[in-house]
Amino acid sequence: MNYFNQDLASLHADLVAKKVSAKELTQATLDNIKDTDTKIDAFLNLNEDAALAQAAKIDEAGISDDQPLAGIPVALKDNIVTKGLTTTAASKMLGDFKPVYDATVTEKLAAAQMITVGKTNLDEFAMGGSTENSAFKPTKNAWDQTKVPGGSSGGSAAAVASGQVPVALGSDTGGSIRQPASFNGIVGIKPTYGRVSRWGLIAFGSSLDQIGPLTHGVKDNATVLSAIAGHDEHDLTSSTQAVPDFAAGLNDATSVKGLRIGLPKEYLAEGVSDDVKTAILAAADTYRKLGATVDEVSLPHNKYGVAAYYIIASSEASSNLQRFDGIRYGYRAKDVQNLEDVYVKSRSEGFGDEVKRRIMLGTFSLSAGFYDAYFLKAAKVRTVIMNDFKTILKDHDFIMGPVAPTPAFGLGDEIKDPITMYMNDVLTIPVNLAGLPGLSLPAGFSKGLPVGMQLIGRPFDESMLYRAGYAFEQNTDFHTQLPTLGGQN
Amino acid sequence: MANRITREQVQHVAGLAKLEFTDAQLDAFTPQLDDIIGLFETLSEVDTTGVEATSSVSDQLNVMREDVADNWGQSEALLKNAPDAARGFIKVPAIIDESEDNE
Repeated sequence: MNYFNQDLASLHADLVAKKVSAKELTQATLDNIKDTDTKIDAFLNLNEDAALAQAAKIDEAGISDDQPLAGIPVALKDNIVTKGLTTTAASKMLGDFKPVYDATVTEKLAAAQMITVGKTNLDEFAMGGSTENSAFKPTKNAWDQTKVPGGSSGGSAAAVASGQVPVALGSDTGGSIRQPASFNGIVGIKPTYGRVSRWGLIAFGSSLDQIGPLTHGVKDNATVLSAIAGHDEHDLTSSTQAVPDFAAGLNDATSVKGLRIGLPKEYLAEGVSDDVKTAILAAADTYRKLGATVDEVSLPHNKYGVAAYYIIASSEASSNLQRFDGIRYGYRAKDVQNLEDVYVKSRSEGFGDEVKRRIMLGTFSLSAGFYDAYFLKAAKVRTVIMNDFKTILKDHDFIMGPVAPTPAFGLGDEIKDPITMYMNDVLTIPVNLAGLPGLSLPAGFSKGLPVGMQLIGRPFDESMLYRAGYAFEQNTDFHTQLPTLGGQN
Repeated sequence: MANRITREQVQHVAGLAKLEFTDAQLDAFTPQLDDIIGLFETLSEVDTTGVEATSSVSDQLNVMREDVADNWGQSEALLKNAPDAARGFIKVPAIIDESEDNE
């Protein structure tokens, strides 16, 4: 079983027609994960017994036409809590943590009768861009196992790209869904801030974090986003805006005719590799051929996004991660003499280096004497960056550009150099700072590795991004090319 | 090294964050943090005179609700996650440093 040849609508049709049962589908998925994960290392934990039991129940009740996701397997990034199922955030700090409640997205997937087959690997607490910061193991790129899958949702991206699951959820604070989607040749969206509830997402940067789906195709992605989006009284940042059926309008491959697209010159500037530039310029031509206008525009403060982000995200992380103190849950150091020891030793032994680096940067940026020069300055630069986007989106329907400056890099190549690693996020971070939706989809190849394109829209206008993504997908064949691992044609 | 942050400052910040580092870790972390703070300082190139700070991009203002107690009935499961628990309570070491009692 792999998910290269069937989209969700086709899987759904097979389930309704009883060509395959939910239990058979779940079993085949679990078998395939066990078989292929020796090479990919996408999963931290499988939910075998509960998944099979849930599938059997669904089969018993039967699947009707109006349950498009029922019986379909899904994987969750392991920073999304699942009741009774170990949730680690890929940290030693939460090595054997069993949540007592489900995240809102977990509940929504269950309500749609999707079957959670397991939890995927990530950079510890979602801090990183390569999944090498996992306390347990690095995940490998589905296309080349000597390359990183990107991060921090590297496990979710590699699991979908290698055909282990048709859908996975990730989280995106500075590019953590879009960049791994790009590195693995699949589709991923960071929805508008507030579109999806983060109740039960282990908090990293609370003014930036969003949950979103990773899938093979645009339409599948739209279907799943509709299922997980919406207001939630448990997350006061979640929006009361109505959630459209995002997939419903996706049937016209020429629907970009007459649209105005902005291509920021900074997105093709230094640091962006030639192959990536070529792919994006070709994509602009595809849109022009379909009747859209593509204008060169400017995001003059884009280059300050990385600095502003690492101050803001690290500050929020240093505050959010105070809760890991070795008292109520999580790792507690042995041989401690007093309470201060519990805090300091548990945190120092429980957190990995990148998490400590971020806590230190955040604590520094918020500390007396430095707050104005660092945190407050970054929060003001954030406003300036938001205004750059607003100016363009006033008279453009969306913005297009690359997701990352390069395709996937080698395992071990950048992990020792934090600044080089941070600069990978230069094209995704500003979107989080501005709270806008960003869609990543396949747009080319560079020496056999996928290259992704990013579409950035107005707040709550994910529909526009899906419409433009769908049109691009229907007029190109990048999404039909598959990694050679696991059940290729 | 530009010395934007000294080894002593790193130790001070570690104290605030309830972290501790060995000498070898401090040797590695200090120049790394110094470089990253150098990156932070590029923000001074941006003129932010009169610009408001953004702390949230949510479209929701403060949302109020009644403060109603909700019993999840999960105390047993919660305590199972505690590193040390007994008789319905979480156990912690003495707050006073017992190692100093004999001095």
